[in-house]
Amino acid sequence: MTRSKYADEQAGTAAAPGLLAPPSPADSVSLWLYRTMSRIRAVEERIAEHYPEQEMRCPVHLSVGQEAIAAGVSAALEPNDYVVSTHRSHAHYLAKGGDLRRFIAEIYGRSTGCCGGHGGSMHLIDLSVNMLGSTPIVGNIVPIATGIAFASWLKNEKDVTVVYLGDGATEEGAFLESINFAALKSLPIVYVVENNFFSVYSPLDVRQPAARDVVGIGKNHGMAGARGDGNDAEQVYELAKAAVDHARSGAGPYVLELETYRWREHCGSAYDNDLGYRSVAEYEAWRGRDPIATLERRLLERGTLDSEQAAQISNAYAGEIDDAFAFARSSPFPDEGDFGTVFSTAVPGR
Amino acid sequence: MNRQISYGEAIREATDQLMAENDRVYVMGLGVPDPKSVFGTTRDLSEKYGAKRVFDMPTSENAMTGVGIGSALLGMRPIMVHQRIDFLLLAFDQIVNNAAKWYSMFNGQQSVPMVIRAIVGRGWGQGPQHSQNLQAMFAHVPGLKVVAPALPADAKGMLIAAVHDNDPVLFIEHRWLHSTFGHVPEDMYETPLGKANVVRPGSDVSIVATSFMVIEALRAAEALAHEGIDAEVVDVRSIRPIDVDGIMASVRKTGRLIACDAAWKTMGFAGELIALAAEHAFEELRTPPVRVTLPDWHTAASPIAAGFYYPTAVTIANHVALMLGKSERDPESWALVRKAPADQPDLSFIGPF
Repeated sequence: MTRSKYADEQAGTAAAPGLLAPPSPADSVSLWLYRTMSRIRAVEERIAEHYPEQEMRCPVHLSVGQEAIAAGVSAALEPNDYVVSTHRSHAHYLAKGGDLRRFIAEIYGRSTGCCGGHGGSMHLIDLSVNMLGSTPIVGNIVPIATGIAFASWLKNEKDVTVVYLGDGATEEGAFLESINFAALKSLPIVYVVENNFFSVYSPLDVRQPAARDVVGIGKNHGMAGARGDGNDAEQVYELAKAAVDHARSGAGPYVLELETYRWREHCGSAYDNDLGYRSVAEYEAWRGRDPIATLERRLLERGTLDSEQAAQISNAYAGEIDDAFAFARSSPFPDEGDFGTVFSTAVPGR
Repeated sequence: MNRQISYGEAIREATDQLMAENDRVYVMGLGVPDPKSVFGTTRDLSEKYGAKRVFDMPTSENAMTGVGIGSALLGMRPIMVHQRIDFLLLAFDQIVNNAAKWYSMFNGQQSVPMVIRAIVGRGWGQGPQHSQNLQAMFAHVPGLKVVAPALPADAKGMLIAAVHDNDPVLFIEHRWLHSTFGHVPEDMYETPLGKANVVRPGSDVSIVATSFMVIEALRAAEALAHEGIDAEVVDVRSIRPIDVDGIMASVRKTGRLIACDAAWKTMGFAGELIALAAEHAFEELRTPPVRVTLPDWHTAASPIAAGFYYPTAVTIANHVALMLGKSERDPESWALVRKAPADQPDLSFIGPF
């Protein structure tokens, strides 16, 4: 869905019609980013609203505040490119085009969910858009992504694989083992490191020496890389576009480190500043860097949108979200007989 | 035609035929293309199929297992090779959390057709970290197929079946089996996973064994025959799925079970066999079943330890004798004297690993 840069501004036109429509390839990049982030935010705020009802009976790891990375990276991808992700994967799944109804149904444990109720919020998959799955063991998806890129390389196919990982995952051996192999074989993969400064409640400074530089670690393996503001969706898009183009050209893997911040608690729907693991001042500073508000200001300044249109977009997704929640809640739970099949190829014995 | 080839050559031939059949099959592992070519089991494959499909890998067992899994999601058929199963412990996360679960946790949308060959060992001072038999640990996990063929023909047929299978298969080879010979058909064929095999019919006792213990069991059965005892030997072949019906048919027939596994006794596969007998053949059991296993301590390197650490044909024969109400015998009195020392498979093996 790669688009020319800021097509609407260049053409001197205001926003395209159909503001209430879902994000579409006809949008300019910036408008698509704005719509996509607004939609993700609206979905996750709705999850947060209903989570205390105890009907979504699985952990949820909300990406509220971190939407710019998912949006910016996805805008740089072709439909056939592959994405895999972590426990905090809602935004990545939605930005790649993952089905909303099946996502919500999965959190509700229903048979219509994207994993039929087997996975929950930490195992999102939509093969129709090449979102190949997410897993919640830190670092565990990184080798899988590298293998997906390796298969593309073996088959001489040009698809790029993007793997999202957190700052904690870069501490895992699996990450270092993976980039070593990716660099060795010049694989078409982009490692997108979402540095939100916390692994659960453990801050970066108790986990990594101050001088540690994940882009530098990549460079020491001969890999290209860049660092940027993960709350600036347009910047993320520009960086991701360069990274994806690099990987697709056959020049090898790329490490993209993007700084961002988690607004809500690590797992669950609440705010948790009362726990004292981070300062309110730090939190407020990051709230001031809301990726959606940041892009909205720019779009208003550029005249791409007026404030009424911006408000319309913010509210554009309520109907679709109502529908997804209604679909999930009215869907049947899986039967007992839907569980217990662990093999794809049936063989005798047990 | 009664072509006799070695177990190791049978694996090499199966791999060769699999790679010729399907260009999605690739082989990776430390030492795969090196001059020793994993005890000869991957000899000349790199030259024949190219370095892109047959390659050495970084010393990164965990990530490379994940690479295999990820590539399998896109239709590749990786065969990963480890010279020691002990190294696989570095890849437990990828095997247990991803390979075993991918099919069911994503509701059957994708499977992981990956084969991991792992070599288990015995003797020659391999010591605590180079000779473990960890089949039960892996077989405990739903979603993994774990096989351990004992005969060359099954090594070929089960490797072919494993690569054709759409699920992850751990293919366990005993180092002492590589140099054993047997009849192996030249054509490509599958030996089904999940089926045990009665390798010697008998009526007095069922000796149910895995991997190299099948060879020990067959030797024991031969010696027992001289004493008028008719032992049946069942080669488990497939640890999981386990052929409950086939194995229990033998136990029900003889009413006696000797469960042989070259792994630790406690919480192990031999105990699983006895649990199955309790559940499925309790009425027919004429004597309490017995486990023949390694003791619950780590393999010592000293050659002197091999003599009392490893159960052998003599151990099995003596347990059968006791089970049939005869007295235990002096090991020397059985027609089972080995020419090779206890830490050597045969005199042709002179190390170093």
